[in-house]
Amino acid sequence: MEFFRDANIDFLGKKWYFLAFSLVFSVAGVMSMLFWHGIPLGVDFRGGTLVYVKFSHPPNDSAIRAALDRVGIKNPRLQSYGAASSNEVLIDLAQKENSEQQLDQGKLQIINALETNAPAGKQDLNNTGAPSIKSFLLDRNPMHLGLDADQKYGAQAQAIADYRDKTQGGVLASFDQLKTAADPAVVASISDGYFLSDFSVRNVEIVGPQVGGQLRKQAILATVYSLAGMLVYLGFRFEWIYGIAAVVTVFHDTLITVGAFSLTNTPISLTVIAAILTLIGYSNNDTIVVFDRIRENIKLMRRESLAEIVNRSINQTLSRTILTAGLTFLTVLALFLFGGEVLHGFSLALVIGILIGTYSSIAIAAPILVAYQEWRIEQGKRAIAMPSRKG
Amino acid sequence: MNKTLTWKLLLIVGTLLVFVYGIFGIPGNFTGAGLVSAITSRIHLGLDLRGGTHLILQVQVNDAVNVDSDNAVATLREQLNQRKIKFDEITKPDPANPDHIMVKGLPAESRSDFLNIVTDRLPEYDASSGAENTYNLAMKPSLLNDLKNKAVSQAIETIRNRIDALGVSEPTIQEHGLGAYQILVQLPGVDDPARVKDIMQSTAMLEIKQALDGPYNTQEEAIAAKGGVLPPDAMLLPATANASGGGDASGQTWYVVSRVAAVSGKDLKHADPGNDQNGAPNVRFQLSNDGGQRFYNFTSAHVNDRLAVVLDNKVREVANIKEPIRDTGEISGHMDENAAKDLATILNSGALPAGIKYLEERTVGPSLGADSIKAGVQAAIVGMMAVLIFMLVYYRGAGINADVALLLNLIILLGFMGYFGAVLTLPGIAGVILTVGMGVDSNVLIFERIREELRNGKTPASAVDQGFSHAWITIVDTHVTTIVSAAILFIFGTGPVRGFATTLTFGLLANLFTAVFVSRVIFDWNLGRKQRGEALSI
Repeated sequence: MEFFRDANIDFLGKKWYFLAFSLVFSVAGVMSMLFWHGIPLGVDFRGGTLVYVKFSHPPNDSAIRAALDRVGIKNPRLQSYGAASSNEVLIDLAQKENSEQQLDQGKLQIINALETNAPAGKQDLNNTGAPSIKSFLLDRNPMHLGLDADQKYGAQAQAIADYRDKTQGGVLASFDQLKTAADPAVVASISDGYFLSDFSVRNVEIVGPQVGGQLRKQAILATVYSLAGMLVYLGFRFEWIYGIAAVVTVFHDTLITVGAFSLTNTPISLTVIAAILTLIGYSNNDTIVVFDRIRENIKLMRRESLAEIVNRSINQTLSRTILTAGLTFLTVLALFLFGGEVLHGFSLALVIGILIGTYSSIAIAAPILVAYQEWRIEQGKRAIAMPSRKG
Repeated sequence: MNKTLTWKLLLIVGTLLVFVYGIFGIPGNFTGAGLVSAITSRIHLGLDLRGGTHLILQVQVNDAVNVDSDNAVATLREQLNQRKIKFDEITKPDPANPDHIMVKGLPAESRSDFLNIVTDRLPEYDASSGAENTYNLAMKPSLLNDLKNKAVSQAIETIRNRIDALGVSEPTIQEHGLGAYQILVQLPGVDDPARVKDIMQSTAMLEIKQALDGPYNTQEEAIAAKGGVLPPDAMLLPATANASGGGDASGQTWYVVSRVAAVSGKDLKHADPGNDQNGAPNVRFQLSNDGGQRFYNFTSAHVNDRLAVVLDNKVREVANIKEPIRDTGEISGHMDENAAKDLATILNSGALPAGIKYLEERTVGPSLGADSIKAGVQAAIVGMMAVLIFMLVYYRGAGINADVALLLNLIILLGFMGYFGAVLTLPGIAGVILTVGMGVDSNVLIFERIREELRNGKTPASAVDQGFSHAWITIVDTHVTTIVSAAILFIFGTGPVRGFATTLTFGLLANLFTAVFVSRVIFDWNLGRKQRGEALSI
């Protein structure tokens, strides 16, 4: 089985179509960044408090808002998170406070506000860790144990917590569910001393403004160093124009990816930046493969114009390019579809990045090389010396 | 089969075994559960997969500097008074630079005496003269830096002691590179950090000072009673409710106490929770020999005065000094059993040399951790299967080469992680998935080239040779650029992102070995078995 045997497509001839395609997406992205959603920053960069809550029933936004309003939290941003069936809500506190202590209070307030049906003197089993459950059991001693109480109750507490967290997603709906996980005396004691709220806090992210600023700086530095490193490496292995072409290509890819995030209003977090840096590496790889073939062909095809050489090189590597892109795309698609909500931004960046990165090596990098050469010829300068194989 | 080939095959098998050991160690038993526990003891799960809390704290180093300069001011005052040198005032004019001390109104003739005092008694300070009989002292910059850095390392030690006492397993407490005087604390398995945070944050600065005046109901009242301005060696502190065993139930009372402490937390030998004579929980402390002596001197000099037990700059208790006390004392009142235990833990771990402020807190609940692992593994399996099947279908016989190389790649990658004790995070699992995708690129490059050479009429052996040698340079180029990218991510990233950079780097390094060396060996072995003129399955 073989695709693209003896392909002979005139890629350079289609460069205006490519340019139009790129322009449409770039402009759409930039418009969105400027006028619509802006650049959606994750909590890592803008600072703030995010509390991810899972309910045992489909969450009622207005009830949640009312509960939060009662404790003085106005205008929280509520967002449904994950699959509809998972009943998860993301509560995002708009952060204007600068004090880190106030950020922390936000989380406590949210938890207190949501525990609406709390009977006095009882703790919430859905929001308690295994160590607390163990202390409770040690106090009550429902199984009347002696010296081995510490170890046995520790195991029971862990079994209850594991059952709740690993099989029930963190929220128990009734104490009966515990019958399979723990001893009946223990279950009876727990039903007596605890109540079950209808939610469980899955994840909390609190980032103070100072850290937010530091992380922003780190992200920018990492990106700048990456690009600089690329430019240096390519300038060293090829002619400098190849380096420029690669940098422009990478810039194009990043712009379109960030534009896509803006259009879909997906927050950009630290892991998204990691994904973007990875796709810069990937796009670069792709571009290098084509450049390598061009360099090889320049030595072999001495009588043909650069445009023809470039076209031939792209066609020769087309099979490999499409295959690699396809295979890598398959794997990141698996990540996007099955990898869960936490990696959603990360996998979105990779999915878009792989597609655009592959496209850009053919549609942007190669035409730039040829355009530069043609410009130099038009200017009456010597065509740039064909690069000899270095390294 | 020729000898070099045999050696190469042995090398591959040897590598396989080495890295399998890296993953599993020697498992206790070979059941499913036994293998899983063998893996998890060698490859650690990050917080985002295990559940736990990640905190970034900042040490308020200026607190420590303040303590030092306060002592310097007291010493200076004492010395100047002793030698009957007149001065107008000694102040610390700049809160942002707490080591700056300004002495005003020192007459010119006392200048050399003053400078002698500074060199003798305050050697860490540099003195310079300002306008009109004013002198400015500032701590020597290198010593100032030392003091600040020492505050941070002491804070780390103290926090470590406190967390150990709480029984958190495998915590991480270390200096955080990103910002000034920041500490990173990671507490696996702690999904309710409130109590831990409180314990960590308590400066637990225990001091016993002389209670000069009080209780007053408001700050203004206190200052007014002192004639509008506090004397320079006194300070105003709030009291916790009922500190004097009387006073205002609702509001706060204020005391005027001496600025310098007679005895401080450094002199504490041990603190124990206990019960006072009414059976209410309290904390008893014992002082060291040196501290005990100073306490004895202080209490002897101040019989019938009052002392104040000050914790974290709040007056906890005020008592009359009836007779000299040597080395024991107690803090009582208004604590339940847990609070007494926590306080004893905090006092025993030593005082924090400076306050800490929380800058960042992330808590991943265990249910999210479990879900993340499930999702990550699922995605990895699906991705891997898709690639393995495709390679077999598209490249037929050679596809087996690629698949074997890929599987070996995965084993080497996980083995690396086991040996280096690397931490697996959720982005790290994504890195494994990405390694599969990018790694298979090398195989594609080689196989495509081989197909091309075969089309151009070369023999299978020659085509394989050409394919590998032409593709090698490109493979190196692409791997180097991606690894450099990953290295930058590792340097500039934090926990989960570093996990991603780590798996990507190890995976690509492993790929250089498997996609080129292993794959070539399998081709060579296959070619060796073929009859002349038999086609290569690719």
